[in-house]
Order: sequence, then structure tokens, then C-alpha cells
Amino acid sequence: MSIKNIFGIAGTALNAQVIRMNTTASNIANAGTVSPTEAEAFRAKRPVFRALVDQADLNRGAPYLGGVKVKEIVDDTLPVRKVHDPGNPEANEEGYVFLSNVNEVTEMVEMMAASRSYQNNVEVVSTARQLMMRTLEITKA
Amino acid sequence: MKLLENPFGIHERALAVRNQRLELIAGNIANADTPHFKARDLDFKKILASENPTPMAATHAKHYQTGELENPGGLVYRVPYNSSVDGNTVEISVEQANYGEAAADYQTTLQFLEGRISGIRKALRAE
Repeated sequence: MSIKNIFGIAGTALNAQVIRMNTTASNIANAGTVSPTEAEAFRAKRPVFRALVDQADLNRGAPYLGGVKVKEIVDDTLPVRKVHDPGNPEANEEGYVFLSNVNEVTEMVEMMAASRSYQNNVEVVSTARQLMMRTLEITKA
Repeated sequence: MKLLENPFGIHERALAVRNQRLELIAGNIANADTPHFKARDLDFKKILASENPTPMAATHAKHYQTGELENPGGLVYRVPYNSSVDGNTVEISVEQANYGEAAADYQTTLQFLEGRISGIRKALRAE
């Protein structure tokens, strides 16, 4: 146990928040994606976080306990919208296309929340770094 | 004071505990968005009590031993001010405040250690 663990814990969180920002970026990019069938329609992706708390996580290769990891990425369950657009090359024989279920406002909020969480963890790292430097200077007293 | 036998006194152990608390709070902040995560903290008083236990003496064969202190590791769950829908009890503002406090506590212990070290240096130099 040392102050280095704090860097590791904050590192796992930074990593998880970056994945969250990436999925959000992908969702926003695909907000206008259309597809000919309901099953193929783009659905917003959501990362699910899980805490690294028990010995099993260490056995699986997590270097530190106390961090966080992305357990899985799930599809948003909101219904997709069906729009009549016969001119669209993706339209099915009845002239319908299926839009994505991405809500841009939700994604923007998600992006902001992720970036704030990222900043919190950067702050944790910078404080831990200052404390580590002071600890190194202890012998100069 | 036995200067050279135990030069750092309790501060050596205190620094480890301060560090452990920083680590726990860093873990809480890291898991601010994890569903069902329960924020934890260290109870410094409980740890201090388990370092110097003063159990009741068992003076009769039928007395229970009371040497074991409850929760010697000092780990406690934080009670949130407001509960959240996903079962997460991390309140980021509370954690930030606690992290700041823990960092200050760590520096306090460092200050004490620096004092001890400079004292020993002065004694060894014999100026």
C-alpha cells in the first residue's frame, strides 16, 4: 500500500470516463443514422460501471482495488422512431425508415457529466502528486 | 523520549492510516457514477483505539474476554445526505471536502515527521 495506489485508482476512473465520453461521441455521431429494419436501427450505447472491490478482480488482473471498470456496454431500450420517407435509399418496400433512438440532449448532459467526473479525478491525481513530492522532501527537513 | 529506538513514534503508523484514507476517498470519487456503489471512509478514532486496546480485565473464569474491539479496521460506510435512485451513496461534494481534509491531515503528519527528523539531525550534529 502506498500513495501510488491513488494514481492507479484515479487512472481506472479516468479510463472509464473516457470510454463513457467515447460512447457518447459515437451516439451523437449516429443520431441521424437510418436503417431499413427495426432490428438494425442504431441504438444509443451506454457503458455500465462496476467497482473493483473483491479479490476476484485482483485475480483477473486488476492492479488496484478501489477503482472502477466498464463492465459492459448496453443498448438504450428507448423505442426507435419509424418515419415515412420513400425517397430515402434505405427505405423498405413500404417506404419507411427507422431512425436511431439517440436523444441529443441526453447525450450532451451525459458528455458534461463525464467530463466533470474526469476533472474530479484529475484533481485527485494532482493532490496526490503534491503529497508524494512533499513526502519525498521529508528528509531535507 | 527514546529518541533513537522509536524515532517517529505514532506518526509512522499515522501516515499509513492517512494514506489509506486518501486511497479510500480516491476510490469513492472514482466510483461516483457506479450503480449500487457504497461510499466508505475510515474512522480514525477506532483505529487509534485498536492500536492501544484497553480491554476490561477478565478476573473470573466465567467472564467473557473483551479484548476484541468491534470493527478494528475502522472501515465504515458513509451515510448519504440524499439517497440516489441507482443505489450509489457517493456525494461528490462531500467526497471532495473529505479528500481535501484527508490531504491536509496527511501534510500535518508529514510536518510532525519532519520535526522529528530535524530534531534527530540537530542531536547528531552536536553543534
